[in-house]
Amino acid sequence: MSMLSLRDITVRFEPKGKPPVLALDDVSLDVANDTFSVIVGPSGCGKSTLLRLVAGLETPTSGRLELDGQPINGPSADRGMVFQSYTLFPWLTVRENVMFGPKLKGLSKSECEDIADDLIKAVHLDGFEKSYPKELSGGMRQRVALARALANDPRILLMDEPFGALDSQTRQMMQELLLDVWQSRRKTVLFITHDIDEAIFLGDEVHVMSARPGLIKQSLDISIERPRHIDALTSPEFMDYKRTILSLMHDEAIKAEDAANQRKSA
Amino acid sequence: MWTRSLFSPKTDIDKGTYVTLSLISVAVILALWCLLTYGGITPRDFLAAPHEVVQAGIKRMANMSLFEHMWASLVVILSGFILASIFAVPIGILMGSFRAVQALIEPITGFMRYIPVSALIPLLILWIGIGIEQKIMVIFLGTFFQQLILISDVSARISKDLIDCAYTLGADRRRVVTRVLVPACMPGVMDNLRVTMGWAWTYLVVAELVAADTGLGYMILNAMRGLFTDVILLGVFTIGILGLITDFFFKWARRRLLPWSADF
Repeated sequence: MSMLSLRDITVRFEPKGKPPVLALDDVSLDVANDTFSVIVGPSGCGKSTLLRLVAGLETPTSGRLELDGQPINGPSADRGMVFQSYTLFPWLTVRENVMFGPKLKGLSKSECEDIADDLIKAVHLDGFEKSYPKELSGGMRQRVALARALANDPRILLMDEPFGALDSQTRQMMQELLLDVWQSRRKTVLFITHDIDEAIFLGDEVHVMSARPGLIKQSLDISIERPRHIDALTSPEFMDYKRTILSLMHDEAIKAEDAANQRKSA
Repeated sequence: MWTRSLFSPKTDIDKGTYVTLSLISVAVILALWCLLTYGGITPRDFLAAPHEVVQAGIKRMANMSLFEHMWASLVVILSGFILASIFAVPIGILMGSFRAVQALIEPITGFMRYIPVSALIPLLILWIGIGIEQKIMVIFLGTFFQQLILISDVSARISKDLIDCAYTLGADRRRVVTRVLVPACMPGVMDNLRVTMGWAWTYLVVAELVAADTGLGYMILNAMRGLFTDVILLGVFTIGILGLITDFFFKWARRRLLPWSADF
């Protein structure tokens, strides 16, 4: 059963003094319970907009969004989000950051602390509970952000290129850690990236998006066995998926480039 | 190495060199002062000699009058500054993050910040008289509008992602303001309070221009009538030192109150 359902979503931006942009054109998407869904696409294809719609941070020009059959109407704690930029609250310690959501819900201090310490352990940051974000590396900050989003026990976890700013070794490590956490807690995840390897490595299904207008070009089921480890990246089946997605994205990149040039010359 | 010398930009120098260079600049000014006065280049009623300023200081400390002037000025400066801050910090934070508040306030601040405070003194006298309220008002007007614009800038620069993130964690609008926007603004607020505190000191003489009978600004203006350049310089040095002390206080308070904040 699909828990998140997007029907005929269209988003049109109308910037002042510029021609309107069709960011998303009639996009429909279903995400089933407990699946790890990845949307991969070139920059500017509207994939972040799509995620922000699900988060309730933006509203579509037309179309329907439903979570568990209920229309999505503004942001809420049942849709946690991890951003690409570092969004830890710098005035709160690691533990206080993770406790932010539960505290808003009105849970008692000891309940909040239990939730936080449990998750901090899950992202291997025990010992850093009292550190401030400024003392943490980029990868550690994103791990806290993950723990903080999970602390609300959301119905769905939204991730907007969360590892985009990290170096490739750290990114690989973070992907494995994310899969570990996901495996043990079984969450529905909607993950956005432009990195094809990341998409295949993480996802149960990968939706390839095209740009201008943004739409979902093709969806693939990834049947690489779990738990996945770094050797999965070089397996033949991984390569097959990669070849398929690459060729889909290659056409898109050329189209996007052409469109950008046309806009410039216009 | 050619990239590491005193003359390569953005390169650290060791502490000893730094202190030495700082001392040299102070020493040069002092030497020049001594040369001009003890060397007989300038007359005494044009520029008092160092020992005369020290003597004037000792005399006024012994009869406590210097401290009375200091106290009077501090009361004026701090009252005006605190009053301005109490209003400017919350309004500025709202102004930077709510377009409606910005639309309401910006025309007034945009206009007021270019009005020299001294131009308003006649009206202030007419409206609130020549008591201490008038002096406090001069400091208030001199700092309030500048604070408002600086703090509104701080608030406008807070990352939208931080706000959005709080929403996805279940915060409503009110809590986004109280639990995210306000604390996120604090380092910038402290920095700008420190800067505007410095500006408040520069308005002191203007504040004590009218009908003052005490205060460092008054002391300077009064000394001018008799060409007592030693007292004028004493007043100038005292203001400078008090200004430095308040500056250090703000630096200390920021480190103390906002230990989580990254940059100083």
